This record gives sequence, structure tokens and C-alpha cells, in this order.
Amino acid sequence: MSRRPYIREPSKTRWWLEQPRYVRYMMREISALFIGIYALILVVGLVQLSRGQAAYEKFLASAEGATGLVFAALAMFFAIYHTYSWFQVTPKAMPLTYDGKPVPGAIIIAAHWFGFVIVSAALWLLARS
Amino acid sequence: MGASKKPIIWGLFAAGGTVSAFLVPVLILITCFAAPLGLLPADALSYERLTELTQHSFNKLVIFGVLFLVMWHAAHRMCITAHDLGIRNDKLVMFVCYGLAAIGTLLLVLALLTL
Amino acid sequence: MSERLVELEIFRYDPEQDETPRFQTYKVPYQDDWVVLDAINYIKDELDRTLSYRWSCHMAVCGSCGMVVNGEPVLACHTFLRDYPGKIRVEPLHNFPVERDLVVAMDDFIDKLGTVKPYIVAKEERDVDDGEYLQTPAELARFKQYTACINCLLCYSACPQYALTDSFVGPAALALAHRYNLDTRDEGRSAREDVVASNEGIWGCSFVGACSEVCPKSVDPAAAIQQTKIASTGDYFMKFLMPWKRK
Repeated sequence: MSRRPYIREPSKTRWWLEQPRYVRYMMREISALFIGIYALILVVGLVQLSRGQAAYEKFLASAEGATGLVFAALAMFFAIYHTYSWFQVTPKAMPLTYDGKPVPGAIIIAAHWFGFVIVSAALWLLARS
Repeated sequence: MGASKKPIIWGLFAAGGTVSAFLVPVLILITCFAAPLGLLPADALSYERLTELTQHSFNKLVIFGVLFLVMWHAAHRMCITAHDLGIRNDKLVMFVCYGLAAIGTLLLVLALLTL
Repeated sequence: MSERLVELEIFRYDPEQDETPRFQTYKVPYQDDWVVLDAINYIKDELDRTLSYRWSCHMAVCGSCGMVVNGEPVLACHTFLRDYPGKIRVEPLHNFPVERDLVVAMDDFIDKLGTVKPYIVAKEERDVDDGEYLQTPAELARFKQYTACINCLLCYSACPQYALTDSFVGPAALALAHRYNLDTRDEGRSAREDVVASNEGIWGCSFVGACSEVCPKSVDPAAAIQQTKIASTGDYFMKFLMPWKRK
């Protein structure tokens, strides 16, 4: 008997809606859109800074307002989601052993969050000084 | 199948992802919320303060490193996401994503050299 | 022991008669300790002899009875009926052609598995007189989790990159390549590199992580692939820094 297998084609555009884990993955990936736009805004800020006080202050003023705040809120949400998802997988990418035994993933993740708090606090204090 | 050039792109992606994870939330907090809402001293992001900050070569190097890596991280991830969303014109997608990161890098270098 | 009824909607496809698959519903009396495979065996024995599916060990070791139950790839022998409140929908594993009913064609996986040389590759043939290989418990611990793979293909069913890209080598094969790369007895890492470190190999993975979530043996293919990415990136930069070490 000859084979006649049936082929089920997955949707190339909507597959990620099929399972919650795929939606979470897509959220993680989309975080790059907001982080990328934010980085480009910072670059534009530096360009305006290099062009003089007037240009820089115009840039600062343009970032204010409702649109800026909505973008900032979205960017903040996705940036934190990126941090969370990035730290969450560090034990998989970089497993550690101590004294011949594997270090529990939770400790590796907690160490990253500890570093995050230190770095954030340092930058905050720098901005305040 | 031959040697893949992916290690260069992926190396930047992974380094940029780590830098983003540690720095981007607090940067957004400072630049987008704290400063406009007056939670920081009025001159926190002032022209004088930032131009002074960017005088030092070391600071320039750090700023370059951080923003360069974050942009290439984002560009690489957006390329993959475009593929995930069914966009199969890989060359165009790469041109747009990496092109934006390249333009950003160029502007960044020019700005830092001018400052 | 109490007996209750469960309704199973089972994917049916007969290549000799059907143009497209259909779902057939069966009512099965079951006991509290029954798994999905027990219900399917009951259907085969008591209700419908035409149903085709694969199984063997009934104890999550052989890897034959991988199926998609209510959207999730599982081993049918490892999934209790009592954990599902309503109807149970059983389909063949996703991302593989369906041979008949719940039986999929695994040819693509088997071909790809061979390309990563999932066995110990030694540069020189070792004689029995040379004695046994020695390996410390710590050396074994580095790769032991990856040896647990039973080739059940749940990870391939869960992997969207395998679904989207026909040429992607996929989770289990790449995890097994990593397993042999980490084995102190093995010298085949550079021989595997052509396939493993190609765009169709590790670089086809975007770290969705679904493979590891569905793995019934806690192999964690996603971790294996990320570690291989880091190692390959290291190799790549080392070649620039120390070209004389190029193999």
C-alpha cells in the first residue's frame, strides 16, 4: 500500500495566538520594538545635545505631553517584561556549578535581580546628585 | 551548510539583551517619568549637566557601548519577530531593521564626536 | 472503585478513504487511575478496532504514545483522564504528516537526528584491550539530563520554529548533539558543528522555550540549544583571536 499522509499546515501569521506560552513569547519579542524606539529617541536626544542648547531644549519639550507619556508607560512595561524574561532564562543559558553541584536556578535569577537593584539605585542616585 | 555568520549578530544580540535588562527600565524611569514629573533636581537632565557629562572620553565610550548594544539587540529581535509574524521577505526586513540600527549607530558616533 | 464516563473526540484519518480528517466521539467508562492511553486502548478493544495509534510501554519510557490532548503535546500514558473536567480532544502530534489516525510520519526527525551524529565519535578506534573509558560522576553530571531523551517528539510538536521552517533541525536532535559534545569520551564536536552551528541548526531557534515546557523527561532542549549558541559564539570569536588554533 502506498503512503498518502495528510499534512496540516500551521498558520504562518497567527500561530502565536494558539497557546498562552506563544503569546508570552511574542510579548517578549515585541519588547524589542519599544526598547529599540526608546534607544533611537535617546540617540536623537544626544544628536540634539551636540547641536547646542536651543536644539536640546526643543527636544526635551517635544518629549513631554500625553503621547510621550503613553509611549513611556508602554516602553516601561515592555522593558520590565524584557528584564523579567531575560533573567528568567539565565539558568538555562548559563548553568553554574559550585563544589561539583548545580547551583539552583532560583539563586542565579535572584542574583541577577540583586544586580538590577544595585545598578538601578546607583543610576538613580547619580541622576539625583 | 557552511559556517554561519550568526555568531556576530547573536553575540551582539545577547550582550545587548543583557545590557537592556539591567539598564533600560531605570533609564526610562529617569528620563521619561522622574525628570518630567519633577522627582529629580531641576537640572538633572539640563544641557549644562549633560554636556559636562559627555566631555569625558570614558563616559562617551560607556554611552556608545550601551546604546550600540541595545539598538542591535532590538534590531535582531525585530528581524526574528517579522519572520514569526509570517513576513518572509528576509532581505527587506534585515535591510530595515539592521539599517535603522546602523543609522542610529552612525548618528550616535557623530553626536559623541561632536560633543 | 467508582466508574465514570468520559467523552473522547479522536482525530481520524484513513488515507485509503478520507480526503480530510474528521473527529469521532467515543464514550468510555473509566476508573480514577486511568490515563488517556487506557481510554484509547478501551476504544480499540471494545468499541472500534479501526483506530490506529502507537504505544508500547505504558510507563513513559518508550516514547511511542506522544499525542496532542486538548491542544497540549503529552504522552498518552502519562496523562490522567481525571485531570480533564470535560470532553477530551485527542489529535496526532502537530508538525508531522499524519499517516493514519493518531500515527504520524517521523521520517523528517529520524533523518535530521542522523545528521548530528548522536553517538560517541572517537578520533581513533579504541581497542577492547585499551580498557574502559573512565568518567567521574561530575563529568557524567554535565550531560546526564540530556541522556533522558526518549525521542517522543513532544518538543517538535510544541516548537513553532520547527512548524514555520521545514529545514530546522529541531529541539531533541540539537539537545542530543549537545549531550555528546559534553561527553568526555566524545571527540565529535567539530564533526557535528557543520549541522549544529548552521542556520538550520541552533541558529534556527528563537528560544520560545516550549520544547522544555512539554518535555516529559525534563531534558530541557531549550537550555541545551542556548548553551550550544554560547559555545559556538565563543568558538567563532576565538578563531579571530587565535587563528592558529583553527581546526
